[in-house]
Amino acid sequence: MNADDETLLAELLEGKHRALARTISKIENRAPGYRELISKLYAHTGEAEVIGITGSPGAGKSTLVDKLAETYRERGETVGVIAIDPSSPFTGGAVLGDRIRMASTVGDMDVFVRSMSARGTLGGLSTATADAVKAMDAFGKDKIIIETVGAGQNEIDIVRTADTVAVLVPPGSGDDVQTLKAGILEIADVFVVNKADRPGTDRTVQELREMIELGSGSGLSGSGHHGADAGGDVGGSAVATQDDPEERATWTTPIVETVATDGTGVDDFIDELVAHREYLVDSGAHAEKARQRSAEEIRTLLREDVHAMLEDELERAGGIDDLAAAVAAGETDPYTVADEVLSPVEDCLAELETRNP
Amino acid sequence: MSSEQEQESIRCLVAKVGLDGHDRGAHVIARAFRDAGFEVIYSGLHKAPEEIVQAAVQEDVDVLGISILSGAHDTLVPKIMSGLEEYDAKDDTLVLVGGVIPEEDRPELEAEGVSAIFGPGTSIEETIEFVRENAPDR
Ligand code: B12
Ligand SMILES: Nc1nc2c(ncn2[C@@H]2O[C@H](COP(=O)(O)OP(=O)(O)OP(=O)(O)O)[C@@H](O)[C@H]2O)c(=O)[nH]1
Ligand SMILES: [Mg+2]
Repeated sequence: MNADDETLLAELLEGKHRALARTISKIENRAPGYRELISKLYAHTGEAEVIGITGSPGAGKSTLVDKLAETYRERGETVGVIAIDPSSPFTGGAVLGDRIRMASTVGDMDVFVRSMSARGTLGGLSTATADAVKAMDAFGKDKIIIETVGAGQNEIDIVRTADTVAVLVPPGSGDDVQTLKAGILEIADVFVVNKADRPGTDRTVQELREMIELGSGSGLSGSGHHGADAGGDVGGSAVATQDDPEERATWTTPIVETVATDGTGVDDFIDELVAHREYLVDSGAHAEKARQRSAEEIRTLLREDVHAMLEDELERAGGIDDLAAAVAAGETDPYTVADEVLSPVEDCLAELETRNP
Repeated sequence: MSSEQEQESIRCLVAKVGLDGHDRGAHVIARAFRDAGFEVIYSGLHKAPEEIVQAAVQEDVDVLGISILSGAHDTLVPKIMSGLEEYDAKDDTLVLVGGVIPEEDRPELEAEGVSAIFGPGTSIEETIEFVRENAPDR
């Protein structure tokens, strides 16, 4: 690690805001040396509680995050917020608007709000988010809240970085429970019917309740449902392990009603977050999640490294454009090209194996 | 486009400070910056200088663009500049001011550390060009 990064790391650990901000920029930009920096941060992580907030556009996520942060501050806890806007147009530009709604805590540096956009990096936004969470964790934030619009797989991956995921479902017409994406419902640890001051709240709560009852046993409730589908082929059924299955705590997704604009229900919401946290720890799901996350992280990093290596090989083999042109001209085919690009790498590996059996 | 290349885009905070309610110019600039491929964070109206500093530091913006049409630039801008200094952020943040700034007030703002001032009618293209050329290289 170079001297600048050493300084940056030391300053971040000392609690200098600018150093945290700069570290997150390095993460976003994948600036040279960022991996070493995160690697050094790792030893200082593990204390923060990470909460994901997702839901359709305009559901009131930022407003709720603001109230949540305010309440945590009143309780003496420090807060980090990562507000993600995954929808940038093709220019790559974006107007990140979540911050405007987070006004209750302005002037209080102990709420650190960071806006992030999609930038199409290889590791993806979920990796950048996970790393930014680590930076905030190492900085010493007690609570870290991730806000993202719930739309596709990408966002689901982002929000999985959190220990506890809250899905906002506003009452009323366009947002019928039936129309919600199945994936979004499956990741919910807590349902929040926000805008509970609006008509249709009771109906939405009722629909969610029926859905949870229907779904019990099939993924919407019960123990360790995160474990089982957390991506990668690491653990399989997460909590189905040695210890007595009877002893295991279970979790049924609760529904809370909130009015984010005036803070109604925020305490109830926090109570459910606390309860879920307890469940995670007691059931062992928390530790299991941490293991799965590490496994996924190792895979991602390796994939990234191998990918970079292969890009170099591709260049050496003449570059992707020329190779594609050769295919178009009927001189070769993609399978042959892939084999040819890979073969020096494979030869190297084979040689390594014979040297270190 | 190789996917693992560094993905660095210019981050800007477009800020409105004080009681000034003129937000058309700020919106125009925010949108133009977005269309130019920048990442833009808009502060919203009626922010205190400390709030702007907080946002600029936390978001680690390359560019802080302050829009003032109220005439209060001579008190608000120095407050922001000293706030940035307090967080070690003054030297490598490009600070721009836009809006209604009388000619005679400009030298003082520039002495405070403002890099450029864009009054009514300045061309958007010029502004974007200026940002591209002068955004700090970190
Ligand atoms: C439209 C307007 C209004 C509208 C505002 C609507 C809105 N939501 O924005 C309304 C009617 C509400 C209004 C009200 C008032 N106004 Co008025 N208003 C104007 C007017 C005519 C045009 C401003 C405008 O929108 N221009 C169009 C935009 C696109 O241009 P712009 O803001 O200048 O932005 C450009 C550049 O300045 C620059 N820029 C601006 N911001 C930024 C930021 C960055 C980062 C960069 C790089 C560039 C940049 O780029 C933009 C594009 O080229 C100006 C006069 C003028 N010609 O400027 C007076 C003016 C600004 N208003 C004035 C006054 C006094 C008022 C009132 C106090 C009147 C009153 N007595 O009630 C109120 C105050 C309202 C408030 N709360 O602040 C005075 C200000 C005097 C001063 N500074 O000393 C002006 C200059 C009129 C005058 N000659 O007296 N106003
Ligand atoms: N009536 C009512 N309005 C609310 C409530 N919560 C949020 N809003 C309003 O809903 C609008 C959207 O709120 P945001 O907090 O920006 O919603 P969001 O989900 O963060 O939106 P995106 O980030 O754009 O997806 C704002 O105008 C809020 O004031 C609520 O509980 N009741
Ligand atoms: Mg939002």
